[in-house]
Amino acid sequence: MLRVLESVSLKAYPGQITTLLGSNGAGKSTTLACAQGLMRPDGGSIELLGQDPYGDNPDLRARVGVMLQDGGLPPSMRPVPLLRHVASLYRDPVDIDALVERLDLNSFGSRTIRRLSGGQKQRVALALALAGNPDVLFLDEPSAGLDPQSRQVVFDLISELRDAGKAIVLTTHLMDDAQRLSDYVYIIDKGCTVAQGTVSELIARAQEGHDARPVSFSAEAGLALPQPPLGLYLTETSAGQYRLDGVNSPEHLNWLTSWWARESILPTQLNLQSRSLEDVFLEFAQKEEQA
Amino acid sequence: MTQVSTESNAVSPLKRILVQGKYEAIQMLSNGEQLILAVVMPMIALFVLTFTDLISDIAERTIDAAVPGVLALCVISTAFTGQGIGTGFDRRYGVLRMFSTTPLGKTGLIFGKVIAVLTVLLIQVVLISAVALLLGWQPNPWGIIPGILFLLLGAAAFTSLGLLIAGTVRPEATLAITNLAWILLAGAGGVLYPLSMAPEWLQPTLSALPSAALGDAMRDALINGHFNFPGLIFLVLWAVAGSFAAIKKFKWN
Repeated sequence: MLRVLESVSLKAYPGQITTLLGSNGAGKSTTLACAQGLMRPDGGSIELLGQDPYGDNPDLRARVGVMLQDGGLPPSMRPVPLLRHVASLYRDPVDIDALVERLDLNSFGSRTIRRLSGGQKQRVALALALAGNPDVLFLDEPSAGLDPQSRQVVFDLISELRDAGKAIVLTTHLMDDAQRLSDYVYIIDKGCTVAQGTVSELIARAQEGHDARPVSFSAEAGLALPQPPLGLYLTETSAGQYRLDGVNSPEHLNWLTSWWARESILPTQLNLQSRSLEDVFLEFAQKEEQA
Repeated sequence: MTQVSTESNAVSPLKRILVQGKYEAIQMLSNGEQLILAVVMPMIALFVLTFTDLISDIAERTIDAAVPGVLALCVISTAFTGQGIGTGFDRRYGVLRMFSTTPLGKTGLIFGKVIAVLTVLLIQVVLISAVALLLGWQPNPWGIIPGILFLLLGAAAFTSLGLLIAGTVRPEATLAITNLAWILLAGAGGVLYPLSMAPEWLQPTLSALPSAALGDAMRDALINGHFNFPGLIFLVLWAVAGSFAAIKKFKWN
């Protein structure tokens, strides 16, 4: 049998967004499926609201909302009747009209789910996860396929739910999502948690020994590159894209701009990069690769 | 410390199953192909058998010979073929997974399907019986209660077999297998024609089929007013074996 998860350990708390970050196939969805009780792991232990999540446990299910990656939406249904049906399984569901309004489900309400775009289906799947007003929310790739506008709506909604005290666990392979939403991040690679912390902790940790930050700029392609001072590396990464590595003092910037002044180069774009979660992620993935 | 209300946010099990049963029944009835399978085909079978003399010699009047088999065919249409195809595609689209994350759970899903099958079967039986009565059908009054019992048993056996197929192979294969089986069983499986019309050497094999057990038991009940004990035993065995295999083998995704 294929072993998808090797060593994953994580905790999620009320009022927090806990993010599982990893590339496709890293084991995020499998982790969620185990945590939701859809799958029974061969080893280890899982507690969901103090209970074993595996098997039918209606009272536990009623407190947990799940948004599956593929949505699991019946193609021949229309979104709002489906939402009302799912809500009718709960004693005290959310205000469905308000939810429909909030996620703008009526804008495509006359169509069957089969005819919806990927982003529209995502909004329906999110609405289903919220229907029972759950305490715990599992969202598998909630922003996949969303246009920027609905992404904002969904992110605002998720943040509000966090502020309302819900425990939210989401997966994403998008650094931007993780950086914008997460209170706590677990980086998962090849079935293992390779790093964990708040976004700023993770960035700070990866910053150690990396005070140098790269400067990138765009200018005319094929410039003759001067020899930089010791410790700096200047390269043309692609036509018209340049990068100076090893910058860690204002002197280095001075060297760069005096070259431009000498040769009358005015870059069309200039970027002093700070490290992002993406760098952190790549670094941990790389370390894992070497290990 | 204040006492926190621990009342469950899930509605009662009965309400969940009824709500889901209604939802599934509407799904079945709003699907064109399913309606053809559930209502149109049995209706055609009723008219063909009534107005030809294909099975005229097993009862005094042709229609009395035809109706019991048509009712048995309704069971196979809905419980086996229709329900199997629906479940197969629900499995493909992750709908079963989605519902098993709600308070409904896997148990509720299965019971919901059973309710839906029984609801659609009730509609079929009422429609077919009404048309048949207009055409002059006179069922044996002693056979009505056994007939209902056998319809329910048949529904149990064929629902479990439909779930077994839907839960183990791809939905396209489920579609092919359950449709092909419907045609074969209707034609040669003892549903519409009594087993006594099959070649003698084949009869022992065919009589073990759930279709033949159901068809012959329905004819025995509604034509002669007899209770067919072998049919009862075969159907119970199929229902138990089918349910056991389905529980063991069903893959939810």
